[in-house]
Amino acid sequence: MKAFLMFRDKDFELGRALPPNEPELTQDLELKILFDAMALGDEFLFDVARKAVLSSLNDPAEIVYRQQVLSDCVEQSNVVREIYALTVEAIAGERKVLHGFFQYPDAVLRRSIEVLDLFVGLLKRLRGIADEHAGKFQSAGLTAFFAMLARELDDEYLRSVEDHLERLRFRQGILISARLGKGNKGTDYTLRKPRSLKRGWREWLSFGDRSAFTIVIADRDDSGFKALSELRDRGVNLAANALAQSADHILSFFTMLRAELAFYVGCLNLQQQLVEKGEPVCLPTPLPAGTVAHSCRGLYDVCLSLSQGQRVVGNDVAADGKLLVMITGANQGGKSTFLRSVGLAQLMMQCGLFVAAEAFGANVCAAVFTHFKREEDSTMTSGKLAEELGRMSAIVDRVTPNCLLLFNESFSATNEREGSAIASSIVRALIEVGVKAFFVTHSYELAHGFYSEGSDVALFLRAERQADGTRTFRLGEGEPLPTSFGEDSYVRIFGAASGAPPSAATK
Amino acid sequence: MTFCSILFEQPGPRAGLDDLEEPACFGDLNLDQVIDAVTAARGEYRLKPFFYAPLRDVGTITYRHEILRDLEGPALRDCLGTFARAMRSMREHLAQADNLNYKYQRERWFLDAVGIYGEAVSGLQHGLTKVDVKSRGFLAFREYLTDYVRSLEFTSLLAERAKLEGDLGGVTYSLHLQGNRIKVSRDVAADDYAADVEATFQKFKQGAVKDYRATFPSGPEMNHIEAGILDLVAQLCPEVFLALDEYADRHREYLDQTVVDFDREVQFYIAYLAYAQRFTSAGLEFCYPRVTERSKGVSARETFDLALANRLVPSRSSVVCNDFYLAGPERIFVVTGPNQGGKTTFARTFGQLHYLASLGCLVPGREACLFLFDSLFTHFERAEDLANMHGKLEDDLVRIHEMLSHASSRSILIMNEIFTSTTLRDALFLGLKILEQITELDLLCVYVTFVDELASLNEATVSMVSTISPEDPTVRTYKLVRRPADGRAYAAAIAEKHGLSYERLKERLAR
Repeated sequence: MKAFLMFRDKDFELGRALPPNEPELTQDLELKILFDAMALGDEFLFDVARKAVLSSLNDPAEIVYRQQVLSDCVEQSNVVREIYALTVEAIAGERKVLHGFFQYPDAVLRRSIEVLDLFVGLLKRLRGIADEHAGKFQSAGLTAFFAMLARELDDEYLRSVEDHLERLRFRQGILISARLGKGNKGTDYTLRKPRSLKRGWREWLSFGDRSAFTIVIADRDDSGFKALSELRDRGVNLAANALAQSADHILSFFTMLRAELAFYVGCLNLQQQLVEKGEPVCLPTPLPAGTVAHSCRGLYDVCLSLSQGQRVVGNDVAADGKLLVMITGANQGGKSTFLRSVGLAQLMMQCGLFVAAEAFGANVCAAVFTHFKREEDSTMTSGKLAEELGRMSAIVDRVTPNCLLLFNESFSATNEREGSAIASSIVRALIEVGVKAFFVTHSYELAHGFYSEGSDVALFLRAERQADGTRTFRLGEGEPLPTSFGEDSYVRIFGAASGAPPSAATK
Repeated sequence: MTFCSILFEQPGPRAGLDDLEEPACFGDLNLDQVIDAVTAARGEYRLKPFFYAPLRDVGTITYRHEILRDLEGPALRDCLGTFARAMRSMREHLAQADNLNYKYQRERWFLDAVGIYGEAVSGLQHGLTKVDVKSRGFLAFREYLTDYVRSLEFTSLLAERAKLEGDLGGVTYSLHLQGNRIKVSRDVAADDYAADVEATFQKFKQGAVKDYRATFPSGPEMNHIEAGILDLVAQLCPEVFLALDEYADRHREYLDQTVVDFDREVQFYIAYLAYAQRFTSAGLEFCYPRVTERSKGVSARETFDLALANRLVPSRSSVVCNDFYLAGPERIFVVTGPNQGGKTTFARTFGQLHYLASLGCLVPGREACLFLFDSLFTHFERAEDLANMHGKLEDDLVRIHEMLSHASSRSILIMNEIFTSTTLRDALFLGLKILEQITELDLLCVYVTFVDELASLNEATVSMVSTISPEDPTVRTYKLVRRPADGRAYAAAIAEKHGLSYERLKERLAR
């Protein structure tokens, strides 16, 4: 019995390894805020969110499969949450049943019955939910799941399970068959199914044939009782094993189901928070690898939004067919924020999540890399430029065509001429093999260098600045300018040269 | 020829064998060590008495040699090995049966023992028909065994056993456990319930899970509940168990005595061959001796002391071999030479060879021609016995007098350094007297002494001298040669080696 909610035809494995640049991505894109929002304090949900978001899917069909399941979940969020809570209850309940240290078959049997009693109740409830709500779901994943539940947990099956649990309490004693082994000692003790529960044992015995003889163990006969219990243990050994393993099987089913649902529950949590704030979300259009596409409307940094009360500014960008997007403009104009929103959107799209935008469409990338500024190396092993180049080299080791690279003020820790020369050759080499790069820079030389080529795979965006110096945090297409309006910041902080009061603090 | 025993052609000598005690000469000749080593791992067969009974006629020796030759073949040895193991297992089963408390348990173990016996005997008979044997012993035994295996007694023993085994194996019964009651009945419901349970929950399986099965101890003992159940099962199937009772009773003495004796006696050969193997695998030789009652011209080539070799071989030290012969009127070896040169070893070797040959065994050496004695007397140095009132010299004389009065011309006498507790002149006088008596009796004798003059007494004496290495007088070669005694015991050389010669003492004391 499988759930197949994350993939059409295989399990979602929590144990899979994360990409090697996971720490950098998490730090640069502030992913922890995203995971926290999805988890809402639950450790398991955090873990699943992290694993899912960082294990990007490369096949648009797989992404769409998940998106469809997600849509269903959003529509029927209560049902999904109810099923999830059920799996949590199953796992916690099992843990509560006492684990003995001694593995006598009798003890194993009794414990397993207790666990299975719990599980059967939960399976019945699961079936009930399926019965009631299955018709409301449309996605391939969830309809298949509910069909599976209806098929496997049908009434007849549940009845037979309960029947077993009742028989295995052996209220009417245990029936064992045996043979004569070495030295006429009993061997091959096999548990047999009692004929019928309804009839008393007197009846089924006389039903059979001939005679039977009884041994009665006297009250004081301790060794006799010990022998009797060993006989019981021999008899139920295999059945107890089968039952205990069955309990383990059902537990593993619930564990698997929980893992498959956890991602969607996290998505629901996230969606709820964003909707409450009035922020838009949409299901993106994933395009196959090999195409070069990137267009969005109202794309915003979801982590920024989650970490503050008000709504944040969104951006519209049309970058289809563009391998290089150069972003320049005024300080604190929203450039880094935009860069992060691009990275976040790519990861979110490629794990099947919705995207923080009104509309979004892009090709799938084999991997996302970030090259952001870092603080001065505290081990003093390398200077800043060397450190940046080292990091760049590590990225180059793993980069393949069709990856996405996000540069945030890279190679600015040296004079502009040199820095821009380095950056320029790196960028050129990358886009020549088909790597997509978004580059935030203050280097006029770098940006202008590319601008003057007039290439049709390059797009130039500029952070907007109004005449009085306020930032709108919007980016628009524009030629790179030689200034980033640092004077605005000076004026704001030190006051105007003419003694005018500092202008209003920008948002 | 009807088979009597694998050790003896005729029935007579077999009687009274188990009462024999260790012969007096064993200690002196270190034969006790040898026989201990031979019989070491086979205590259950009680083989020692067989080694205490030297044979009296060459015919039986030949009988045994034939058997040893047959046993050179690995196929026969394998066959016997399998048989021995099976019989041992049967004995273990019978012992186990004796140890158990409950009748039906005992009887079933007994049934198993009979089964093993049947297989052992049939297997042996079958194996013997496949092997090419030539000895009278094995040929007769093979015939006996074939008759036995075909006999009504044997076939019915096994056939009835097989039927009982089948019947018992087919008994199945049901136990209904409830509270403090166990109901035993023959009725058995069909379904294996554990498999049923497993099948029901199979669909939830995601991967491998833990094994919760417990293991149970499996000794042969039954507790009283199991025994009680068994008794009730017996009441449910009375015919089978009655047949079992009856079988156990009727066939209580099922063992064929000849087969049992064979199992024990054949180990005499097998143990000895295994023992000899230790030496042959180290490059030393064993041979079939020519044993005769008619000629005293004994000889041997490249022979050695077994007890000594048994100590040397494991530590990979080399074993020195020796040759000797007596021709014409020669009867007495007078052995002289340097101390610790191998004289006593030679004397022992002479004794061991003759004794082992008289048992019909192989002897150490490349070839040997030996005499079949009627008694073997030894006189080696003993500690002074305070219990009797004699001094040591008198002790020696009393003992020798005893021996000579019991000796016949077919006896062998081995004397090692007697008359040491007296002056040289007395020792010479006494030695002469004794040797004259020995010569008169025409006894074969080895006489180890430090009195060189005795070595050339008469035409019956032969002088053997232990030799030293030409380069270093302190090194013994342990080789004895026929040579006139040369009067030097080379004790001086040993003293020099320890720094105790006159010159060295002067040097040392002058400090």
